[in-house]
Amino acid sequence: MSKPEKLIEDGIRIDVRRADALRHIKIEVGVLNRADGSCYFEFGGNKVMAAVYGPREVHPRHMQKSNSAVVRYRYNMASFSVEDRKRPGPDRRSIEVSKVSREALEPVIFQEYFPRSAIDIFVEILQADAGTRTAGINAASIALADAGIPMKSLISACAVGKVDDTLVLDLNKDEDNYGQADMPIAMTPDGRITLIQMDGHLTKDEFKEAIEMAKTGCLAIHELQKAALTEKYSAQMEGVNNEQ
Amino acid sequence: MSNEIIAELHKDYIYNLMVKQEREDGRAFDQYRELVIETNVINKAEGSARVRLGDTHVVVGVKIQPGTPFPDTPDQGVIITNLELIPLASPVFESGPPREDAIELARVVDRGIRESQCIDLSKLCVTAGEKVWMVFIDVHVLDDGGNIMDAASFGAVAALLTAKLPNKRYDLGEDAPVPMRNVPVSVTAVEIGGSIMLDPSLNEESIAGTKLTVTSNQEGDVSAMQKSGVQPLTTEQINYIVDMAIEKAKEIREKFLVI
Repeated sequence: MSKPEKLIEDGIRIDVRRADALRHIKIEVGVLNRADGSCYFEFGGNKVMAAVYGPREVHPRHMQKSNSAVVRYRYNMASFSVEDRKRPGPDRRSIEVSKVSREALEPVIFQEYFPRSAIDIFVEILQADAGTRTAGINAASIALADAGIPMKSLISACAVGKVDDTLVLDLNKDEDNYGQADMPIAMTPDGRITLIQMDGHLTKDEFKEAIEMAKTGCLAIHELQKAALTEKYSAQMEGVNNEQ
Repeated sequence: MSNEIIAELHKDYIYNLMVKQEREDGRAFDQYRELVIETNVINKAEGSARVRLGDTHVVVGVKIQPGTPFPDTPDQGVIITNLELIPLASPVFESGPPREDAIELARVVDRGIRESQCIDLSKLCVTAGEKVWMVFIDVHVLDDGGNIMDAASFGAVAALLTAKLPNKRYDLGEDAPVPMRNVPVSVTAVEIGGSIMLDPSLNEESIAGTKLTVTSNQEGDVSAMQKSGVQPLTTEQINYIVDMAIEKAKEIREKFLVI
């Protein structure tokens, strides 16, 4: 794939979005049987599955903490998720993504309720299309709630970037590859930022505008996350009522 | 945040000082520890630097060798950054392959250099599609006194600024400096109990809830950023750190890292 001549024309991006529009999002809650909580999340071309196990016993034992749960996060890309086959298994990138994603979720989990136990989050990227870590965090946050893990709030994540000198929300693959900056952000619905990374080039003013833009995006995603959870659990409640 | 063990009493001491706008070592919140950068300390390396930032001590070596370019960038040189937290540097570091802390440090140092485009990679091409220069930046942490991130990043840039392409050894003409066109400077801040301070010492780093590294270029624009640690930050805190980091980077660049 070569660089498109223009990534934005008359304010419209190559995938026919405005600068401040998110890609299509599809959420399915509780799609796996064995996991305690799970979520399938589509974010544009990203297809992500998240599963949560726990609280459960910690293996290896020396990892356990006497006064709180340990949260573990494994971000893994399927070898077929990208254009050129990815060598399976963790690489340096996925280890870093796992670390920052874990740290993005940890602040909202009541870890102190489950001493000596583990909360394991597994995120599998089945198809990658720019923004996999944010898709993974969005999915994991829902899967945690689905597993019944007590949380202070959900976490929502999306990226802001710069292409053709314009700030845009939620980069697609071409914008990620040929754009000037990429800044993934995760936050609580009340605007506390739990993940921020950035690479590329942004002036100070652009940065400040970008962070506000990300906020709007995260809030929109938060609404969808809430709706997906309510949909599953209100359907279940109806089932219970009918039986009575 | 780190594996370092610190007494509760000592934690309280640092908190109480912080409330009085003071720090354990008497610094202002925006003040760096004494920084000493020596370059050309390893003759076998194409470029090298020794950085002492307070008690933190790192050595960075740059090795440059010809290699094959990546298929998607046939006419560009390659940068590879590696950092190891070897057991020599701290009682809490263990031997073995790098873990997430070391990988994160290396990747953030790398991002600052790569994203600021400080090395003109197109000038590292010898024969397009066949032979380019591979620049290996290896950071050796010798003593962990806190804020390895900035020490490593200063060291990497300082080593690159003095590094030479070893043309002679490979019959490609005279040795030439690495084509540098910008000087990225990373500045790390920690948040402790709502206050922001720059260049955390080991104790400060151990009790901090979160760390934010901002790498800015000589135009005063942001090239890379990384939040590390569990504690969330508000937008105001982040903007405050970015403003401060850009100013501080200017100071450090003028004093220590001149092209």
